[in-house]
Amino acid sequence: MAPSTQNSGPGAPHLFVARHRRFGSSQHARWASIASTISVIGVLAFALWMAPGGKAVREFFLSPSHAWRAFIGDPSEGLSAIWRGFLTNIWMFIVCEILVLIFGLLIAVVRMSSSPILTPLRILSTVYTDFFRGIPVILVLFAVGYGMPGMDLGWISQQSPAVYACIALTITYSAYVAEVYRAGINSVATNQLVAARAIGLRQGATMRYVVLPQAIRNVIPPLLNDFISLQKDTALVSTLGIVDATQAAHIYGSLNFNFAGYTVASLLFLLLTIPMTRLTDRLIDRDRSKRLAFVS
Amino acid sequence: MIELHNVHKQFDQRTVLHGVTLELQAHEVVCLLGSSGSGKSTLLRCINLLERIEQGDIIFRGQSLLDERIDVDLVRRHIGIVFQAFNLFPHLNVLDNITLGPLRALGRPRNEVESEARELLGRIGLGTRSDDYPDQLSGGQQQRVAIARALAMQPDVLLLDEVTSALDPTLVGEVLDLLSDLAIQGTTMLIATHEMQFARDVAHRVALLDAGRLVEVAPAKQFFDNPSQPETIDFLSRVPKTQ
Repeated sequence: MAPSTQNSGPGAPHLFVARHRRFGSSQHARWASIASTISVIGVLAFALWMAPGGKAVREFFLSPSHAWRAFIGDPSEGLSAIWRGFLTNIWMFIVCEILVLIFGLLIAVVRMSSSPILTPLRILSTVYTDFFRGIPVILVLFAVGYGMPGMDLGWISQQSPAVYACIALTITYSAYVAEVYRAGINSVATNQLVAARAIGLRQGATMRYVVLPQAIRNVIPPLLNDFISLQKDTALVSTLGIVDATQAAHIYGSLNFNFAGYTVASLLFLLLTIPMTRLTDRLIDRDRSKRLAFVS
Repeated sequence: MIELHNVHKQFDQRTVLHGVTLELQAHEVVCLLGSSGSGKSTLLRCINLLERIEQGDIIFRGQSLLDERIDVDLVRRHIGIVFQAFNLFPHLNVLDNITLGPLRALGRPRNEVESEARELLGRIGLGTRSDDYPDQLSGGQQQRVAIARALAMQPDVLLLDEVTSALDPTLVGEVLDLLSDLAIQGTTMLIATHEMQFARDVAHRVALLDAGRLVEVAPAKQFFDNPSQPETIDFLSRVPKTQ
């Protein structure tokens, strides 16, 4: 129904939504979004299909038979299964995530302590976070993976490449996560500190029972974000000769001159990261709607 | 219990307290009046050592709190303070808010601390709310919990910093009633407030702070009915009448 203009006298202000913005609530909006989605996907698919090298690229990256063979592997031809390699990625990121959560928290707490005894550690942790956030992960992987065995330190130098890879990833990601924790600690209101000290809690107890529980709650979404990066970066351990999903795909590609294995590996990574990104977004939205409860 | 001698406090170049001298006896209730910015909050925070004073002395049960060997955390376990903005811990339920101090500052056993906290909650009329979180309570209920949190430390003195100023007028009464009960039970309190009727009814003595100076300290009745200082007369003329 057309909006009635009968009641609006000559002096009444104009309050209706402008015509070009009238998607509003109903059918309109749904059709608009369906149409635009179809046309965007259509253009991309068309480009892939019709490009001069389109056919070759499709065969190279999307061949179903190659993809399947790469996925299940073939021991008789020395092909490692990508799925098996992917298990390596999974256990690595689980181990690293746990280590990073602990180590990052330690660094953040040391960095924010005010105890004079901890001054050297405080300086060290500041240098640490600056340093390892500035170096590409792959260089840290090389440094640890080739450096530690080379140092000839007995037990330390006799670990498997997987252990060195975990150490390198933990070192790098702890620097990022420490900064996330630090932001969280800073986000806790000062009056909470004052209230805790006012009932006679020591600094350590204040941190442990009042500040950290609130800080960690505040930084769960950014922490998950860093974990998504960490999951993907486990692919870099292939540079140390570890046969993860990427390396298995690489071996398949170089022996069969077909890259479908890379597509398989990509899909496996997406399978892992997409639930995590969705969860992160949900948490961020929930947080946001809490804060914006009074703004429509 | 507490003696303040010539207490001076500055923030940068601004002097907030100009030589305040005041004594608080055990079981005494003193109300501290004064306009906003007169230094009431600062004075309470200085006693609790949340602020450092520049000059003068604070004697608590015979010991100077300015002695450099003093452990501020130990002092604060004896001198409780309640804030205008409640400052409850939002991640802890009511019971845990109250027991945190006794458990983690005093290291007392949990079963003992919890049964005391439940009894305390019964006394403030919130016996059924121990599992609720602060954001599920009204402002008046939150402030009562904050008072209970301070009381759970069994302090020698309770400092109250405009504890009803952030409350909806309809909720002020329940908090003042709680303070009246505490006064009757003999709790030593120094109460910064704007509630004149409450000061007249509950305080043993009333003090007026004006621009950081303590201009008059007198028994409640005398303070309101027969003030001696021009600042007091002026102050009382600017606030609603009390009987």
